[in-house]
Amino acid sequence: MSISVETSAIPSAPIIRPKTSKDDRTMIAFMLVIGLYLIIALALPLYAMLSKSFSTYSFDLSNFEFQVDKGEGWSEPITALALNENLNVVKPEELKTSSDGRLGVTAFFPDFNFRSPTKYRLRQIRLDSSFLVGSKRVADTEWHEYESNQFRRIVLRPSSATGLENFRTYFSTPALFRSIENSLFIAVLSTIITVSLAFGFAYALNRSKMRFKGVFRLIAMAPILVPSLLPGIALVYLFGNQGMIKGMLFGESIYGPIGIVIGSVFFTFPHALIIITTALAISDSRLYEAAISLRASRWRTFWTVTIPGARYGLISAAFVVFNLVITDFGLPKVIGGQYNMLAVDIYKQVIGQQNFEMGAVVSVVLLIPALFAFSIDRYVQKRQVAVLTAQSVPFEAKPHKQFDLICLCYCLLVGIFIVGLIGVCQYAALIKFWPYQLSLSLVNYNFDVMDGGGWASYTNSIQLGIYTAIAGTILVFSGAYVVEKTNGFFATRSAFQFLAMMPMAIPGLVLGLAYIFFFNDPANPLNGLYATMGILVICTVTHFYTVSHLTALTALKQMDREFEAVASSLKQPFYRLVSGVTIPVCLPAILDISIYLFVNAMTTVSAVIFLYSPDTALAAIAVLNMDDAGDVAPAAAMGMMIFYTNVVARLIHLLISRKVLRRTQAWRSRESVAD
Amino acid sequence: MSEQQAVNTENAKPYLQIDRLTKKFGDFIALDQVSLDVFEGEFIFFLGPSGCGKTTFLRALAGLDIQTSGTVRQAGIDISALPPSERDFGIVFQSYALFPNLTSERNIAFGLENQKFSKADVAKRVSELLELVGLPEQGKKYPAQLSGGQQQRIALARALATSPGLLLLDEPLSALDAKVRTHLRHEMKALQRRLGVTTVMVTHDQEEALAMADRIVVMNQGVIEQIGTPTEIYRDPSTLFVADFIGEMNQFKGKAGSKNTVTIGDVTFASQEHDMQQHTPVIVAIRPEDIVPHGEGASSQRATESGSTTENIFDATVENMEFLGSFWRVSLNTTFIGDSQMVVDMSINAVRHMDVAIGHSITVEFQSDRLRVFPADTHTV
Repeated sequence: MSISVETSAIPSAPIIRPKTSKDDRTMIAFMLVIGLYLIIALALPLYAMLSKSFSTYSFDLSNFEFQVDKGEGWSEPITALALNENLNVVKPEELKTSSDGRLGVTAFFPDFNFRSPTKYRLRQIRLDSSFLVGSKRVADTEWHEYESNQFRRIVLRPSSATGLENFRTYFSTPALFRSIENSLFIAVLSTIITVSLAFGFAYALNRSKMRFKGVFRLIAMAPILVPSLLPGIALVYLFGNQGMIKGMLFGESIYGPIGIVIGSVFFTFPHALIIITTALAISDSRLYEAAISLRASRWRTFWTVTIPGARYGLISAAFVVFNLVITDFGLPKVIGGQYNMLAVDIYKQVIGQQNFEMGAVVSVVLLIPALFAFSIDRYVQKRQVAVLTAQSVPFEAKPHKQFDLICLCYCLLVGIFIVGLIGVCQYAALIKFWPYQLSLSLVNYNFDVMDGGGWASYTNSIQLGIYTAIAGTILVFSGAYVVEKTNGFFATRSAFQFLAMMPMAIPGLVLGLAYIFFFNDPANPLNGLYATMGILVICTVTHFYTVSHLTALTALKQMDREFEAVASSLKQPFYRLVSGVTIPVCLPAILDISIYLFVNAMTTVSAVIFLYSPDTALAAIAVLNMDDAGDVAPAAAMGMMIFYTNVVARLIHLLISRKVLRRTQAWRSRESVAD
Repeated sequence: MSEQQAVNTENAKPYLQIDRLTKKFGDFIALDQVSLDVFEGEFIFFLGPSGCGKTTFLRALAGLDIQTSGTVRQAGIDISALPPSERDFGIVFQSYALFPNLTSERNIAFGLENQKFSKADVAKRVSELLELVGLPEQGKKYPAQLSGGQQQRIALARALATSPGLLLLDEPLSALDAKVRTHLRHEMKALQRRLGVTTVMVTHDQEEALAMADRIVVMNQGVIEQIGTPTEIYRDPSTLFVADFIGEMNQFKGKAGSKNTVTIGDVTFASQEHDMQQHTPVIVAIRPEDIVPHGEGASSQRATESGSTTENIFDATVENMEFLGSFWRVSLNTTFIGDSQMVVDMSINAVRHMDVAIGHSITVEFQSDRLRVFPADTHTV
């Protein structure tokens, strides 16, 4: 035989360096481009923010030297430090400042008079700070000479250093670090309530034969379509100082923990419900049959089969809700009153006090629980995978009159809560002047006469939604495709995957603040994006990247792993496969991603609050600003506009889906022929 | 049977020359210096248990997971480093990987479109191929509307559409039920013969390999254990692994005797020739059909007192009987060679004539020319 079976002592064969195909190179190029996007839109801004939180600014008095000429020639140079040691005009704690800090020089010269003929010289010894003459910056180490009239306009600028000083300040300011406790308390409490309520609701939907399930499903999803601060406005109308049913709180104030928790439950409810419903839906009917055959009671079956089966879903839902509540900013802003929470602190530090460093510090503090919740959730999701096997039989509920009635009543109560809050908002929007003029009118829709951006903000929001949906879907799907289908390049793909998962752990407010630090830096070539619609789109796409990415990935994973191999064996470029097979087959997921991005772009406040400009004000932000300005009814009206827009968008999505799917998914619905 | 079918390997030029192929995944060596020549028109099988490296081997030939080292030449050209799109092959996967949103026709046409062919040519070729795989009526259907067997044939037609020089089949029959599988074995074999395309098929099913292959490459733990025609592999397994993996095999621990004897327990048997040193531990192997029943018990006298039986004949007790349709598989226990178990295949007639029943004693013979001796340290399944 001419074959040889060689087993030992063979000289080693040549190492093969695989030639890459054109497709491989294109895919890698794609991955690098999208990876670069994620680095620019996510990693670098976060890095800028992190380094900002460690940047401290202080006036280095030893760095400035003065000479004075009172008509008798120039005195010996003397540092500001030496002057201050004698005069003690600047207290040590006043030396600490922010990046914006300014210190007038005349303080060091008690006899200073801007009319005197005295002349002054000033120089820096080292290059690490600067001083301003009016608004002109001087940063060299030369001596500069000034008349006293000029001299009074000189301010010293701080030098920067890196250290933990900001964190020290944070933790020694009770007003600030109390927020940690508050945030954790609200988040935990809201989580417990939401998950319990959602579990009951999901249980009723999955395990009973009650009527109107479809209606309840729709109602339960409604909160996703409104900004998180809308329930806050509704609660103000119900329980506020002039609330409709204020008495029901027995004197407690809605402004504070009570309001935040009720509102949080409202806006996180659908998120928890989706996860728990999925967890309950994948339960295996055979386990219940086994329980019945073992004569286990309903109660025992519940605790030994239902709960363990849904436990990963429950844990996952808990962490998602926790994360949503602790990072939400709109709701506590509207209804929190004096009750401080971390997310609001960031806003107050940045917008109120212009203390960007402290804003960065609070952001870092807020990142910790968010990252923690995120990692736990990812871990749990991974464990969930193998629960359902091919042999599992889906659970089919049996009618049970009494149980079904209880379920119906329960869902009715939850439904009233949700519809009620939205209804109150709509009512409030239509009332002329609560509580004095109860006639109906459209006066509150006259947004153009209010603060907040007027009707333009509404059209801006729709623009943002459409741009985000289109750009985001293309970006996310391409990214998911290359990371899923590229061969080799394991390290690159893992890095990409990591970047794609990160946005979920980053609160919107933190991302927005990070964007200020990164894009508003004059040294950044992308600085031109600042205050444009572009940066809003980038921020929104990035903020909602992870969920979209996971949706795309799930759809792609259901595709046969060998399609690419077959196409290349048939000498077909990958884009023919993508356009002819991958995209048509994944179209449902692609449409889901685009509507997800649109709806979220319409409702998000936190991601964009730091980034909008007068020209790019957004509807959800208008809600916040009008509420802030006391125009609560117009705020409610705008909130409802967002709601209706999202409802319409969903309906259009539904129509397109039906139509497109009928055309492209014909192969799905046909019955398969048996062997 | 397959001797006549086999391509004449003496004169044929090798179409695929595989030289010292090694594939590492990190520290794990999936393929270890594998060399093989495949001849033009040959139907060759990679057979082995899961994880033996057979699929890795196939994927390396396709360029889907290119080897770490070693070369592959196809029709004389070095293709070792080429990506799949620059190689000449068609492939059918276990999942078939049919595009679900395209009809059978459009699946088959996928490799023809976007090439130099006119629309009419493509349509003609597609209907030819549908004819070829025996599904002329199924062109307008989507994969989900076809049975598993039909899907497999469409996948085959798609792979053949571009008339590749090499056809790679990765367990193409294992997703089908037994009856369809047997039917398709014959069809595929006939089709391959008709087209004369050099074909490499991966399978873990030895029956499939024995029934269809011109030659079989038996693989284990990343190396080739044996290459040969189905009969060679079955009759003359060159390693204990092959002996054990292909068909049934009784195994006994023993010690080598002189060049054609072997000792099991205290008894010496005549065996095939071997080159083992005397007294080295060995595994003695014999197939169930090579143990010949001689009738009802009471022949143990034939073994001499000194503990050797030149006739290889001894008594055993029937422990269990399994009816396998065309024959009985009889489990025997004997204290004669140190309390050993073995199975013997007996025809229905033999069982009836010899009155074989559980608890009875029968006399059996180890056919000396079928009693194989392997070194004891080689790995077993």
